Amino acid sequence: MQLAKEVKYLIHKEVLLEWRSKYTINGVLLYVVSTIFTCYLSFVSLGDKLTWNALFWIIMLFASINGVSKSFLQETKGQQLYSYILASPAAVLISKMIYNVLLMLILTTIALGFYILVFGTYNGTNLLMYYLAIILGAISFSTVFTMVSAIASKAGNGGMLMAILSFPIIIPILILLIKLAKNAVDGLPWDTSYDEIGMLLAVNAVTVATALLLFPYLWRE
Amino acid sequence: MSKTWWKILGSILVLYSTIGGLLIGVPRLAILNETIRNLYFHVPMWFAMITLFSISVFYSVMFLLRGKESYDIKAVESVNVGVVFSILGLITGSFWAKFTWGQFWSFDVKQNFSAIAILLYFAYLILRNAIDEEQKRAKISAIYNIFAFPMMVVLIMVLPRLSDSLHPGNGGNPGFNSYDLDSRMRAVLYPAFIGWSIIGFWIYTIRFRIRNIENKQQHN
Repeated sequence: MQLAKEVKYLIHKEVLLEWRSKYTINGVLLYVVSTIFTCYLSFVSLGDKLTWNALFWIIMLFASINGVSKSFLQETKGQQLYSYILASPAAVLISKMIYNVLLMLILTTIALGFYILVFGTYNGTNLLMYYLAIILGAISFSTVFTMVSAIASKAGNGGMLMAILSFPIIIPILILLIKLAKNAVDGLPWDTSYDEIGMLLAVNAVTVATALLLFPYLWRE
Repeated sequence: MSKTWWKILGSILVLYSTIGGLLIGVPRLAILNETIRNLYFHVPMWFAMITLFSISVFYSVMFLLRGKESYDIKAVESVNVGVVFSILGLITGSFWAKFTWGQFWSFDVKQNFSAIAILLYFAYLILRNAIDEEQKRAKISAIYNIFAFPMMVVLIMVLPRLSDSLHPGNGGNPGFNSYDLDSRMRAVLYPAFIGWSIIGFWIYTIRFRIRNIENKQQHN
């Protein structure tokens, strides 16, 4: 019960801080929109479904690295100390993860809308399944990048380490997501994708569990 | 003798599996032909790698619990040796692929994901170089090591099974076990697993001792 209360309080704090400055959400949004627009100017039209899908996920990958890595990398020593006194490490991690999932959900939804506006959709696309892929993507990107950004922020030099450490971990998840999304674009029936959905959920469960076990050690200096 | 018996056992098993692997009869199969003997070298490399990475994770956990410096050295040295075995596994695999699939690297799922899994451990080694302070480096890299291990298992063992692959045991292909691994091959393959794992462990203990001595010299 104590944990739930702390998590709720910390999420409230995060949302409030973001709401006051609106820096991350606007920044990443501008990043996504300008990337999509640049892609539009250079590709003009995407030839096939495969490229359409892959391009979207690559844009999402870099947008979410930029968005989520802020969670620990941009915190000052004082802010970290503040939440350290206030709450347990598990609460800090869970609140960051949930906050990032919310952030990513908003971002990816807007990004998908803009992407469809610019590049259009294909006939027979299962949009509901595509949106499920996006929800799963938001969850997995947030959980993995939150933990890796915590590791990178403790290691000192943020940006480059963040990319090196997170890419090999995110690639298997990204491949599964692209496959699931490809099934959706092709309009395949639901039962062809149960493998990928189950696998993604399992990988996420493992990531969250190991992160929760390891974070307390990372947290205290 | 009590300290060296396992080294002798490992050497004998590796020698036996090398000589036996080249001489003892194998089933005649189309496409594979004599390249099937590569099974005795290719698969044990990955087996030894998994053994060494598991040792590494074990000592990373021990480091987080106890905080002794030697655990950290053990973790990193077993990763060092494990990476060498994984590269050997990749090389033996691509030679096998050259003669059965037609190309050294045909961008098969299994090959790609194995390469990414190795990248994971290169990232671990780079993370270690990025931090100067010893205790901090040990702690953070231990955390990353434990975090990365399940992903390595997913990459190497789970994901290739979900997609189309030429590799036996993946993408709906039957594994070697089910149809053509006869008792003659088992008699060589299983000793090879144990033998190469022991040799890998032996190399790791030597590396650990060298690092230990170097550390002591530095502190003096």
